[in-house]
Amino acid sequence: MPGPAFFVVMLAKIAVVFGLMLLSVAYLTWLERKVISDFQVRLGPMRVGPHGLLQPIADGIKLMFKEDIIPQAADRTIYVLAPTLALIPAFISFAVIPFGDRVRLFGQSIDMVISDVNIGLLYLFGVASLGVYGIVLGGWASNNKYALLGGLRSAAQMISYELSMGLSVVGVLMLSQSLSLVRIVGAQSKAWFILLQPIGFLIFLICAIAETNRAPFDLPEAETELVAGFHVEYSSMKFAMYFMAEYANMITVAALATTLFLGGWRGPFLPPVVWFLAKLYLVIFLFIWLRATLPRFRYDQLMQFGWKVLLPLALANIVITAAFVALR
Amino acid sequence: MEWLFFIPLAVLALATAVLVILLRNPIYCALALVGTFFALSGLYLLLQAEFVAVVQVIIYAGAIMVLFLFVIMLLDVGHEPPPWLRQDRPKLVLGLGLVALLVLELAVAIGSWIAPGIRGPYTSDYINAVGNTQLIGRLLFTEFLIPFEITSIILLIAIVGAMVLARR
Amino acid sequence: MTGTVPLSAYLILSAALFAIGVIGVVIRRNALIIFMAIELMLNAVNLTFVAFSKFLGSMDGQIIVLFVMAVAAAEVALGLAIIIALYRNKESVNVDDINLLRG
Repeated sequence: MPGPAFFVVMLAKIAVVFGLMLLSVAYLTWLERKVISDFQVRLGPMRVGPHGLLQPIADGIKLMFKEDIIPQAADRTIYVLAPTLALIPAFISFAVIPFGDRVRLFGQSIDMVISDVNIGLLYLFGVASLGVYGIVLGGWASNNKYALLGGLRSAAQMISYELSMGLSVVGVLMLSQSLSLVRIVGAQSKAWFILLQPIGFLIFLICAIAETNRAPFDLPEAETELVAGFHVEYSSMKFAMYFMAEYANMITVAALATTLFLGGWRGPFLPPVVWFLAKLYLVIFLFIWLRATLPRFRYDQLMQFGWKVLLPLALANIVITAAFVALR
Repeated sequence: MEWLFFIPLAVLALATAVLVILLRNPIYCALALVGTFFALSGLYLLLQAEFVAVVQVIIYAGAIMVLFLFVIMLLDVGHEPPPWLRQDRPKLVLGLGLVALLVLELAVAIGSWIAPGIRGPYTSDYINAVGNTQLIGRLLFTEFLIPFEITSIILLIAIVGAMVLARR
Repeated sequence: MTGTVPLSAYLILSAALFAIGVIGVVIRRNALIIFMAIELMLNAVNLTFVAFSKFLGSMDGQIIVLFVMAVAAAEVALGLAIIIALYRNKESVNVDDINLLRG
């Protein structure tokens, strides 16, 4: 049984990560609005606080005070549970992502990761595959045809792109010889994996955008399609939870992309955590950039792209990488 | 110490399994089955089979049950009457009688069995040294290569079969 | 309660889950729930395999479990396709209604 110091450190890490995640999710909404308004040559939120910095707080208060409507024929238990089910996988994914190197604090050597599981990457895929439940159950529990169809479409999209996402990472696994994310970051000391696995990175990024239902793959939840999809019957806090879940998922896949392909916390001069956050911000900025620029995929185009283009490409990537590793 | 994890996981597995066969609404049964899969995944972790535990979540809870939920939601599956209201009660009694016989046989078989204590080469220490996933990978491509290839053919058959059967 | 969990505890749990699965197949009439009970039986057997794998110091159990999971996935895909095809013809998934061959 490890001593009390172990538990204190772990709880502190969990508290810090959880708190920062919640804060980031809130300010990611602000960031997105500001960046998109810059792309569209307008100002964005400016009124609430300097440069709209208090906008997320205003949005949060507004959402909390809205009337909480539950449709009469909706399945109450699952209707209330579904947004939470959507939020949980996004947050527990962060348990295995390394933020930095070892630090010495109060005489203890602390790893900057909540839990270095030796099957970390598989754990992340398991958790990602659970993200489907929140959406499909929310769509069904609303007792609304459009919500059900939107939920099923979104779920089908997620499980299709999950496959290519998993396969695109196998190249990284072959190069790093380990499933533990800490060791994958360790294996990028000479060269970041984006240089060795460019196709893998591209496929992973595209699949990550599709997984989190972001533009240009946001057909299932766009307001102009299918009446906003699976969250059409949700209001107030439950809608806010779905909203938060989407942004939290975005942060999670960006952190994954950073860890697997961009070298995690590696970088000269600056402290590792700063490098991690900088790379994270870069990937998130890329996501927002894509949202501001590209039109939406139609659903059948989306599915065709996932199965007929990305899947063979990911498999080809595996074969080529395997050939290189075997010949080395 | 292990009992501290085993007892709650076992109780959860049994409770959710009973819920699967007793609940009337198929969606609730599916969700109870997901609960069973999580409990089993926890038990696999307790048995130090990490790869199997995570693969259980990915495949069963993450893919197979989602498929179940799709089908339940798309087909208008009604609720069936509870067993004590059904017309075919003799069949029910016979069936449950045979199940009781099965349970009796299992109890006798497990109760009178003596553990062999034979130890193969793959002890926990060896597995932890090499790595569970690495070891499974190694064995899968050497000793169990033929079943592996046959499984891939089975999956191909399933894909083609599902597409043919579900097409209009 | 001290010490490790003995093998018989896992075997008893697995047998109980298997029996619950069998009861589910016997008493339910909804094809989808019968299918879920079958999955329950498969998982009970998986638990037995992994438990033996740990206590006999062999990796065969864990590898066979992977094969069982793959076959179960294939079976679920095909089984659900069959159920969908049945539903299209009969508008019902109650196994008592599928009696066209009854003499």
